[in-house]
Amino acid sequence: MKLLIRGGRVIDPGRAVDQVMDVLVDGERIAKDGTPDRVVDARGMLVVPGLIDLHTHMREPGFEYKEDIASGTRAAARGGYTTVLAMANTQPVIDNRASVEWVLNAGRERGVIRLLTVGAVSKGQKGEELAELGDMVEGGAAAFSDDGHPVASGELMRCALLYARMWDKPVIAHCEDRSLAGEGLMNLGYWSTVLGLRGIPWVAETAMVARDLQLAELTGGRLHLAHLSCARSVELVREAKARGVRVTAEVTPHHLVLTDEAVDTCRFDTDTRMNPPLRSPADVESLLEGLRDGAIDAIATDHAPHHLDDKDVEYAYALPGIVGLETTVGLILSRLVDTGRLSLETAIRALTAGPARVLGLDQGTLAPGSPADVTVIDPAREWIVDPSRFASKSRNTPFKGWQLRGQATLTIAAGKVVHDGIA
Amino acid sequence: MGRLKSHDVLGLREMTPEEMTLILDTAESMKEIIGREIKKVPTLRGRTVVTLFYEPSTRTRTSFELAGKYMSADTVNIATATSAVVKGETLKDTARTLEMMGTDVLIMRHPVSGSCHLLARVVDCPVVNAGDGMHEHPSQGLLDLFTIRQKKGRIAGLRVAIVGDIQHSRVARSNIWGLTRLGAQVTVAGPSTLLPPQAEAMGVKVTSRVDEALEGADVVNVLRLQLERQKGGLFPSIREYSRAFGVNRERLSRARPDVLLMHPGPMNRGVEISSEVADSAHSSIEEQVTNGVAVRMAILYLLLGGGEAA
Repeated sequence: MKLLIRGGRVIDPGRAVDQVMDVLVDGERIAKDGTPDRVVDARGMLVVPGLIDLHTHMREPGFEYKEDIASGTRAAARGGYTTVLAMANTQPVIDNRASVEWVLNAGRERGVIRLLTVGAVSKGQKGEELAELGDMVEGGAAAFSDDGHPVASGELMRCALLYARMWDKPVIAHCEDRSLAGEGLMNLGYWSTVLGLRGIPWVAETAMVARDLQLAELTGGRLHLAHLSCARSVELVREAKARGVRVTAEVTPHHLVLTDEAVDTCRFDTDTRMNPPLRSPADVESLLEGLRDGAIDAIATDHAPHHLDDKDVEYAYALPGIVGLETTVGLILSRLVDTGRLSLETAIRALTAGPARVLGLDQGTLAPGSPADVTVIDPAREWIVDPSRFASKSRNTPFKGWQLRGQATLTIAAGKVVHDGIA
Repeated sequence: MGRLKSHDVLGLREMTPEEMTLILDTAESMKEIIGREIKKVPTLRGRTVVTLFYEPSTRTRTSFELAGKYMSADTVNIATATSAVVKGETLKDTARTLEMMGTDVLIMRHPVSGSCHLLARVVDCPVVNAGDGMHEHPSQGLLDLFTIRQKKGRIAGLRVAIVGDIQHSRVARSNIWGLTRLGAQVTVAGPSTLLPPQAEAMGVKVTSRVDEALEGADVVNVLRLQLERQKGGLFPSIREYSRAFGVNRERLSRARPDVLLMHPGPMNRGVEISSEVADSAHSSIEEQVTNGVAVRMAILYLLLGGGEAA
């Protein structure tokens, strides 16, 4: 099928394109010209490369009551995503080739968009022995991560970076010193003092960021830092990049639009509990600056579905994390772009070309010949976040009831329309 | 008498000075009832007061129970160790079950900060926080205010020192909000490892020198030290804590001669407070307990009765 997306404002940061033009999808590729079978009127819309999420918890296998590959990829398609990277902290853990292949097959069978997966860094994500990284690369693993758990052993992390270098695959680090994070429930600061919740100091993150950056420098391995939350982390990454360390980094939408004060304003709502915790306004400013100057490469959702039963309990007993696939575009556009804190070009880059580069994908651009992954966003569409209408199985979001502006109206993955919200 | 504007009593940070004063004024008449030979008024007859305690407690639980009984309410006490909670029932389900039996007010103590907020979201009846984690203990804060007002005749302008483990203390937080809202000058003091960050922003002075905090103080409120904190590395030994931060006669001599000494109990004698001062004429520790019943009567009355004469 040939589909012409006509008259939209095309933003393709990888090629420095920002102009009104047509985009033609021909089968599984973007084409230069041809006669379309269908024409979509995209006047007033943004036409961007299909969004790429570097950090999605699909929960399958093992936690299908929270999310599965079918519901998770549908949620992604609704949110404008055409590629997502699944994390390995499932049950069982994705720590061997057979599991990697199982996830990728399930993605092809039941997923509506492109599903990539990481393989675990260590067997069982126990942080003890290196998993079979080479075998998992052959099975199709896109990167490695013990996300959900930090790699506490410096030696194991050193080996992982050095070993993964043979395939030039990034090791994605969840940076957290558990001895410092302790039983912490929120950012250590004024609000933890007022609310009497145990605090997590920023150094719990930055100590590990510093270690991993130096290990990347030592080994020449590729390091990707997940969900950075603190100002000092951004400084460390910026400085390491300037020295030529092979590092990339991501930040979540919630760490960009919320601060730790949300725990108070939401009156201990457990949807404000996440790891890393929401931080201070100064941290948020630094994260935005990191996106603007390139210290941070990507915005990643850290989509972490949890059932109501896991959230509707006392604050300390609730599991950390929130869903993000269906709210990211609206949050970024209305709270950051519309308010002038982030340029549209930077925002789109962090959702497309940025994450594509982290994984070395040929997606993330609308150049003719590229994979036919396209997202059409209506930047003026006003909507209210109603978790009961999510495609995701889970509804854990602190953004419920928020009035947002901007939403994906058409998502095309591998040439197929996987979300059509125009009608 | 007026009524409380709030539907629940979750914390003093959420309470206006007018509401606090209303509770303290109401507690005056309640205290008179406790002094009678027949300590019973019919005010809350036919009302059901349930205490739901997820932590051990003697004084707070008994105090709420007697407060209800002195006003003729039916009181039921649930200690979670002997309840369906040990069968894995969630707080939400336990609370709904109790409400469906006709509970008029739920009084809860819980080890997790914010749990009373959760409770207030899932039930329609008023909720009283009897201590949630390290967050707040509003009835203790109010009874401390009541005791100070009774002994000093006022709260505004007084210099109050709160000494000890500020970080982990819900009593400290409720005292800080109550005292500062009513115009006292508050200094908190304790070892730096037990002082929470940015406490100054709550409107208090913060110091690690207890002597400095006690200098010229009108009131000294000594907090209980949970001895297990030592194992977490927050201070090296009970001995060192007692020497450096314990309130004893010598330290207390820096305060005003008519200083009022308070402690929420239970005390670790010889640790955070010496027996000499705890049992001295300065001490209001026993009176605090009586006042606790009066203040809790006032809270229950204003939440449930409101308007009718006591």
